[in-house]
Amino acid sequence: MPEAFGFLLQGFAVALTWQNLLWCLLGCTLGTAVGVLPGVGPALTIALLLPATAKLDATGALIMFAGIYYGAMFGGSTTSILLNTPGESASIVTAIEGNRMARRGRAGPALATAAIGSFVAGTIATLLLSLVAPPMVEFALRFGPAEYFALMVLAFTTVSGVLGASMLRGYASLFLGLAVGLVGIDAISAQQRYTLGIPELLDGIDVVVVAVGLFAVGETLYLAAYYSRAEEKLERLGGSIWMSRADWARSWKPWLRGTAFGFPFGSIPAGGAEIPTFLSYATEKKLSKHPEEFGQGAIEGVAGPEAANNASSTGSLVPLLTLGLPTSATAAMILAAFQQFGLQPGPNLFASSPDLVWGLIASLYIGNVMLLVLNLPLVGLWVRLLAIPRPLLYAGILVFATLGAYGLRQSWFDLMLLWLIGLGGFLMRRYDFPVAPVIVGMILGPLAENQFRRALAISQGDPTVFLSHPISAVLMALSVAVLIGPWLWRRVRKETPLT
Amino acid sequence: MRNWVVSAALIAALGVSGVAGAIDNVKILIPANPGGGWDQTGRALAQAMLAAKLVKNVKLDNRGGAGGTIGIAQFVNSAKGDPEALMIGGQVMVGAIELNKSPVTLAQVTPLARITAEFDAIAVPTASKFRTLRELLQALKADPGAVAFGGGSAGGIDHILVALMARAVGADPKRINYIPYAGGGEAMAALIGGHVAAGASGVAEFAPQVKAGKLRMLAVSSARRLEDYPTIPTVREQGADVEATNWRAVFAAPGITQAQRDELLRLVFATVKSAPWQETLKRNDWAEYLMAGEEFRSFLETEQKRTAQVLKEIGLAK
Repeated sequence: MPEAFGFLLQGFAVALTWQNLLWCLLGCTLGTAVGVLPGVGPALTIALLLPATAKLDATGALIMFAGIYYGAMFGGSTTSILLNTPGESASIVTAIEGNRMARRGRAGPALATAAIGSFVAGTIATLLLSLVAPPMVEFALRFGPAEYFALMVLAFTTVSGVLGASMLRGYASLFLGLAVGLVGIDAISAQQRYTLGIPELLDGIDVVVVAVGLFAVGETLYLAAYYSRAEEKLERLGGSIWMSRADWARSWKPWLRGTAFGFPFGSIPAGGAEIPTFLSYATEKKLSKHPEEFGQGAIEGVAGPEAANNASSTGSLVPLLTLGLPTSATAAMILAAFQQFGLQPGPNLFASSPDLVWGLIASLYIGNVMLLVLNLPLVGLWVRLLAIPRPLLYAGILVFATLGAYGLRQSWFDLMLLWLIGLGGFLMRRYDFPVAPVIVGMILGPLAENQFRRALAISQGDPTVFLSHPISAVLMALSVAVLIGPWLWRRVRKETPLT
Repeated sequence: MRNWVVSAALIAALGVSGVAGAIDNVKILIPANPGGGWDQTGRALAQAMLAAKLVKNVKLDNRGGAGGTIGIAQFVNSAKGDPEALMIGGQVMVGAIELNKSPVTLAQVTPLARITAEFDAIAVPTASKFRTLRELLQALKADPGAVAFGGGSAGGIDHILVALMARAVGADPKRINYIPYAGGGEAMAALIGGHVAAGASGVAEFAPQVKAGKLRMLAVSSARRLEDYPTIPTVREQGADVEATNWRAVFAAPGITQAQRDELLRLVFATVKSAPWQETLKRNDWAEYLMAGEEFRSFLETEQKRTAQVLKEIGLAK
């Protein structure tokens, strides 16, 4: 599509004026500033800041918007890593290893690999978006409930990666998460489940409240209770705040693999950003030369999921730009931004408004670069935040976590929930149950259940749909291979010398 | 049109001179999170009020969750007797109150006016064998389970429309195969991808896909054909005497006086007649759907009864 590149170049030409770069800078700064608030993910940040772009012309608004978007994404990762308070479900995995790294005095490299990984993933995904969006969406539309369920099954086979040392404890946590995920109105039958007659529970429990409760509040309570003992485990802040040669060597492959997971997931309409981050985490753990570091702060576990998260967000622009369908919260906000300029969203965006679409894509490239340029120098500053005396730092984290949970829907109920869950997180930590599987169960459980029931409803109860649909069959076969493959492989290897 | 005449008469009866001046500050409770239809309605109303200089201040409060039942509970509790408080609501809330067995209902607030509508439509993928709604309904009657309908959340307006159509052609609403989707994008992708046989959703949501040749719109759920889609027949024309509308309305607090109610009504009418609001309607593809006073109150009652009955028939409400 040579004309596409013509449009892209034109987009760059318009976007690269100094005024527009200034808007981008402003957007990045604002986005980062709001994005670091816990409980405020990129979509909400954009919703809050969108009115700020209303007075600009289309190009200026889009480029500022791209800045806000990347700023918010990065701001969210920053607090996940430094404070263990993920602002949205897609950066929960980042918090797992990222915060461990930070506690081992390696916040600098963690932030850097997140920023550069996001940049790499964002750039590759934007490139893919400009090249393969139309054929990609044809493939994506072939995903129906049966295919999604098969995808969830595949995701479940990889959760052992996050279960931790003891399978029994890991599964206990996973099932706790599955149970918590059931709370609320059942999407298929509209019946209430485990709501205890409390109206606030009708919409279910927000996964961000659980993540912040378990990670940040639970952790803080634990440290408060066992302060002296925990102190020894915390290494002094120090070492380089930059990535070492080894860090680079351990990061670049996870960046690429994360991108490979994230982009296709983002472009299928119900793919989401969480599952690719899980898959990336599990894959990196499997492939790493240092699997023992996982759970203690492995840089691969930050690099991969961060790239996956970013690539999936860009991937979700595929159905938006080719079909006019917003399939993620971020895509919905971009749609709102388009509508500001009187653009009717629809399947022919590329053809009917090439200037706006390519302007957006050019802006995404620029926003991405701007964010890297702006944030790498800031890493040093962020890291110094951790030099605050620990009692003050953790008190600050609690305040932050509380603000974030309240900010989700201004409800005191969520606050109470946050602290109850935090108490639960404290007990889990005390008795050595891993907390990450709770989140995995909470996210995957309801998705898998809904798709399973939809698939069976459409097939009128015929369970063979999962095998008769080709994509679903392939995914199921993959899951089986993941489950019994290693075992089979060992047996074959053991038997070979005998024959 | 008829509604408009009624409303015009009502405004005349209230003695509106075009300017409402008695209310300076207005609080609007939006019983949904930012981003959705109610939120857009509330924000657009606020902007129009300010732009038309009808009030000095508008305070917006989002209290989302559970189809608006959390918002209405809060409204009844905290705004009682407040002559400056408004709440957005609509058809979805009627269903949610029934489904969630909400202790607070619309009978406890003061209905002011119904203001907008988004009509539903039935569409199929372009490659579908169904050319008309009549054919689709015949298949539905022959074997309700074999025609999978995709649409919005369970018990919502889309679901209700499908159930009403099934009942109208003599099929058991309990046996319809309705696949609910939480997000509009996901439902639309399932329909375009051919994973469900037909879809029920807002006309405006289908329109761009129809224009692009991905979907075929079989019918609209309004009483008469829509001005913008003169070639699309109504559901009623095709053998199912059914109408379904995703209407939105403005409510006032419980326990206000008749005079206070009239004052708020004047403000709402002045707002919906203002230029900024008319622009909003056009931009969002919302139809003006005005109704107020006693007429609106009895409309609410009918709507509530019908919704309760349908939800029972589908088997969602016990």
